Amino acid sequence: MNNTTIDNKNERRITLKVYRENRGQDSGSHHDTFEVPYKKWTTVLDALLYVKSYMDPSVAIRYSCRMASCGSCGMKINGVPKLACYTKISELETSTVECEPLPNFPIIRDLVTDFSRFFNHHKSMQPYIQTNDSTEADNSKGTFSFYQSPEDVDKYLQFSYCIKCGLCYSACPTVGTDLNFPGPQALAQQYRYFADTRDESKKRLDIVDDRHGIWRCHFAGSCSKVCPKGVDPALGIQLLRSYMLGISKNDKIPAKKIEINDDNNNNGKI
Amino acid sequence: MASRTILKESQIMKIHYITGIAAIFVVALHIMMRLVVPFEQSLEYDYIIANYKNIIYVLILESILVLISVHGFNGIRIILLELRQSRAWENMVTVVTISAMIGLIAYGTRTIILANGL
Repeated sequence: MNNTTIDNKNERRITLKVYRENRGQDSGSHHDTFEVPYKKWTTVLDALLYVKSYMDPSVAIRYSCRMASCGSCGMKINGVPKLACYTKISELETSTVECEPLPNFPIIRDLVTDFSRFFNHHKSMQPYIQTNDSTEADNSKGTFSFYQSPEDVDKYLQFSYCIKCGLCYSACPTVGTDLNFPGPQALAQQYRYFADTRDESKKRLDIVDDRHGIWRCHFAGSCSKVCPKGVDPALGIQLLRSYMLGISKNDKIPAKKIEINDDNNNNGKI
Repeated sequence: MASRTILKESQIMKIHYITGIAAIFVVALHIMMRLVVPFEQSLEYDYIIANYKNIIYVLILESILVLISVHGFNGIRIILLELRQSRAWENMVTVVTISAMIGLIAYGTRTIILANGL
């Protein structure tokens, strides 16, 4: 009983303005407004789920983990691309919270956008380790691991934190005009694999050396500003450019391959 | 993704950055040379024609013409490439900007040569 009283005392209400559009119907777009109760820990995603549960079940949103790990619930909140599950209403300090779909993505319905083009750009970067040595894939020749020093890992670690939420892509002004531009996420991933000492591909720089490639970045820096995981895609792009211009030398020493024995005593020993 | 072109985009951008930086120095030199005399005198016909007879001044003018034409028209090409995305548009933009660049350099060089009286 006491807990309920305290909860009611802490409960405030916010006006949630939600963008509505259905690509399947030519009814145009509009905003629907909902009065939603919230507490200091209520996130925008919680508020949207409250709307779905108690007010309008037809509101379309995409979400999964609710802990800023899956990158599904990206949307424009009060004009800034953010993760709905990572944005507390109390921290926005406004009486109205406006939720709109991510810019630079085709809208499917309401706040749900089509990520096909975004993922195709990501795939075009060949985002995986490429080695010239086939023994790694040959099970009959034992199991191998690659030795990397902490310095080697530091070169690409922050870029591997990317959750592909698309916030940087939606904030990029170049993507807004040039749909063939891969975008900050894909270019930062290209740097992530380029800087990895396990990767031996010689063609990585050629992939982005195109009319619509890395050179079309205007270094607005908005990609780095909106990233919820602290990745700095603008830095990755500039580092990659410095290699392409010859300012930085690619003195990458390939990672040493170490055989891992099945014997527990020797397991993982160099 | 990569398209077949005579120069790689990275090579074009190297030229773009080098011409841009070089143009700053050459234009600065040009302005400093004009500041040797009062501004109004520097605009007088006889003074200008006399400058065209000075081989160092002529070389600086030609450098400014080439550097700014290359840098400027490549900048226009980049802006136009972002406006639309299709192979025909991109090729057309490239051909038009290179032609305009060559045309401007040729016309400017002709003016310098005529004024020099070679």
